[in-house]
Amino acid sequence: MENIVIKVLKTDLLIIGGGTAGCLAAVEAKERAPEIDVLILEKAHIERSGCLAAGMNAINAYINPGETPESFVRYVRADAMGLLRKDLVLTMAERLNEVVQRVESWGLPIEKDEKGNYVPRGRWNIKINGESLKPIIAKRAIKAGARVLNRVLVTNLITKDGKVRGAMGFGVRDGKFYVVRAKAVIVATGGAAGIYKPNNDGSSHHKIWYSPFNTGAGYAMGIRAGAEMTSFEMRFIALRTKDVIAPTGTLALGFGATQVNARGERFMASRYGHLGAEGAPTPLRVYGPTQEIKEGRGPVFMDTTHLKEEDIVELKKSYLNMYPELVLFWAANDFDPAKEPIEIQGTEPYLVGGHAQAGYWITTKRETTLPGLYAAGDVAGGVPYKFVSGAWAEGVIAAENAVKYISSLDNEHIHSMALDVRGEIKRVYTPLFREDGIRSAEMEERLQKTMDEYAGGVSRYYEMNENELILALRKIKHLKTQTKYLLASDLHELMNCHEVIDRIDIAEVLIHHLLYRKETRWPAYQSRVDYPNLNDREWLKFVNSRLKDNRIEILERPYKQLVSGDRYIP
Amino acid sequence: MSVKIDLNLCTGCAGQEEAFCIKYCPGDLLAIDKETGKPYIRSERDCWDCMVCVKACPFEAIETRLPYQLASYKASLKPKVYKEKIVWKLNDINGREEIYELQTGG
Ligand SMILES: Cc1cc2nc3c(=O)[nH]c(=O)nc-3n(C[C@H](O)[C@H](O)[C@H](O)COP(=O)(O)OP(=O)(O)OC[C@H]3O[C@@H](n4cnc5c(N)ncnc54)[C@H](O)[C@@H]3O)c2cc1C
Ligand code: SF4
Ligand code: SF4
Repeated sequence: MENIVIKVLKTDLLIIGGGTAGCLAAVEAKERAPEIDVLILEKAHIERSGCLAAGMNAINAYINPGETPESFVRYVRADAMGLLRKDLVLTMAERLNEVVQRVESWGLPIEKDEKGNYVPRGRWNIKINGESLKPIIAKRAIKAGARVLNRVLVTNLITKDGKVRGAMGFGVRDGKFYVVRAKAVIVATGGAAGIYKPNNDGSSHHKIWYSPFNTGAGYAMGIRAGAEMTSFEMRFIALRTKDVIAPTGTLALGFGATQVNARGERFMASRYGHLGAEGAPTPLRVYGPTQEIKEGRGPVFMDTTHLKEEDIVELKKSYLNMYPELVLFWAANDFDPAKEPIEIQGTEPYLVGGHAQAGYWITTKRETTLPGLYAAGDVAGGVPYKFVSGAWAEGVIAAENAVKYISSLDNEHIHSMALDVRGEIKRVYTPLFREDGIRSAEMEERLQKTMDEYAGGVSRYYEMNENELILALRKIKHLKTQTKYLLASDLHELMNCHEVIDRIDIAEVLIHHLLYRKETRWPAYQSRVDYPNLNDREWLKFVNSRLKDNRIEILERPYKQLVSGDRYIP
Repeated sequence: MSVKIDLNLCTGCAGQEEAFCIKYCPGDLLAIDKETGKPYIRSERDCWDCMVCVKACPFEAIETRLPYQLASYKASLKPKVYKEKIVWKLNDINGREEIYELQTGG
């Protein structure tokens, strides 16, 4: 371990994760304050990393003509079953259109009608040709003057006197240990996949919707540094096409497909009509079909048989822009969506702050509870309807405020403070020096099995009760004691080891949250069979947590109503 | 299966500091075989089928193969990347071909 090369770098603003939010944060910081140094650390390569790797076919959060940021908040509030951070949703909504137009000016093709207006796809969405969305924003970040270090896996934050002053990690290619001293840090590492057992196994275990390479590092380093986290119990479960797990929004919003069960019944209308039928809140749109399957009325489908040949061409183009393997899957299985409906299923639970609201507890400035640390995108909590454009908006807001914070600091002091990084070097590299032990894939399987069976995974129709959760916690705590036996034979495997360590830390916090909320607010996302009803009288509040003296402590935070109206009406 | 690399078409990206497919894979799944100078996939099961490497290869040497447990042999989907557009060639298991041309702006 003595041979490990340590590389110390200094910057003004460090951005962890050069994804959707990270790229926009970098552009904003450099355009706002060209004199400050901005450095992005990215575990993959910024041109094709994160959720946007394959491309996108729509911008899912946009204020279309006739709508306002307030009407957006009302919609998202009802969609989130009446509980969300309205201050955060509103400040994001106010920026959505501006960021979309900004990215369009960098070269993103957005579909327009004859009059030159964007083509809406549903109430809050617009259609794009987004195959190259990621290279477009990455190149812009570099052009704006941000420095990028690709293939560096960030493993922990540097904190000094409770303030965040940089981060550490290792080069996945060069093996060097990177110590980056910074005046402010924006964490933008996306959400977490791989905590639960996925729909497919064996050779298809990574055939999942959320990026399997977003393993929740940002949550984990925040937890370890004592940051306050919110709403982990609001897991995200996506309604996806069966087997290749492609998004179904394209089918519902773009092509008018409705859900039907094996009997051809439109069960969302017949059983959940009072809650909005096909327009019911997102958790119910995955709860509904899951119940159909559980109660023996499956398989369930999205009915596309009304589509004509020319519609199918458009449908395939839509998926080629975002999820090309679905088109290949149909061709390989001789499947024609005009003749047969498309089978659907719910995914395994993910933690994704931009679809549900698990993440850092932040202010409207996107500052976390740790001074000097800002959060944006799927890693930030409280805003369950972010998607691409909301992640951009948050990146911009975080950068704006981080820049202000930097200019208020006495710089000499920060870059010269004493640091001891020996502990982290040991923690990071030890798996490389072990002769015998456990491979990361084995530990991942154990984690995923435990979470699936005891904390409401796919095989349990997402349901859980207190006894199961207590057992889950015991098993995860035990697994934590085993991480010291992880084994890696090269730097890639070393990365995999830290990915699983991070996910175990997250799983523990997640179980604490699931245990604490004694109601069922978001069916499927959070189904407590021992407390099956929504209970506004006692539970209209946020469940937060933080690590204190090595223990996870739960905190309650009040809900504040800033926008008028019935919380359950969109 | 995940991606299949045709070693006859692959040049190993000679002259490049790092082969394009290796450089861009979001999961760090491709690496160079020191003996042949050509890439291999470290773990087929870990592939996300995102097709980043497929699109990045200038010689069209990489093809996506969906896992057999999900998809039958032998259909193919091959992209050709141009400036500002991408052309997809799809062949289904009956050999029928479809072509899709999409704008990218990238
Ligand atoms: C398949 C798919 C399709 C989607 N389609 C749409 C769509 O059509 N429209 C829409 O609006 N939204 C869509 N979304 C949602 C949207 O893409 C995400 O909500 C959004 O991209 C999240 O942005 P982010 O910046 O938080 O995460 P990302 O863009 O994923 O960025 C996270 C970055 O952090 C890096 N990183 C992670 N850990 C580390 C670490 N330890 N060290 C260094 N770097 C790290 C990652 O490599 C990545 O680059 C889709 C999502 C998926 C997965
Ligand atoms: S398809 Fe994507 S995940 Fe698979 S090897 Fe290629 S770049 Fe990597
Ligand atoms: S990009 Fe293509 S040519 Fe270059 S090494 Fe990879 S497969 Fe071979």
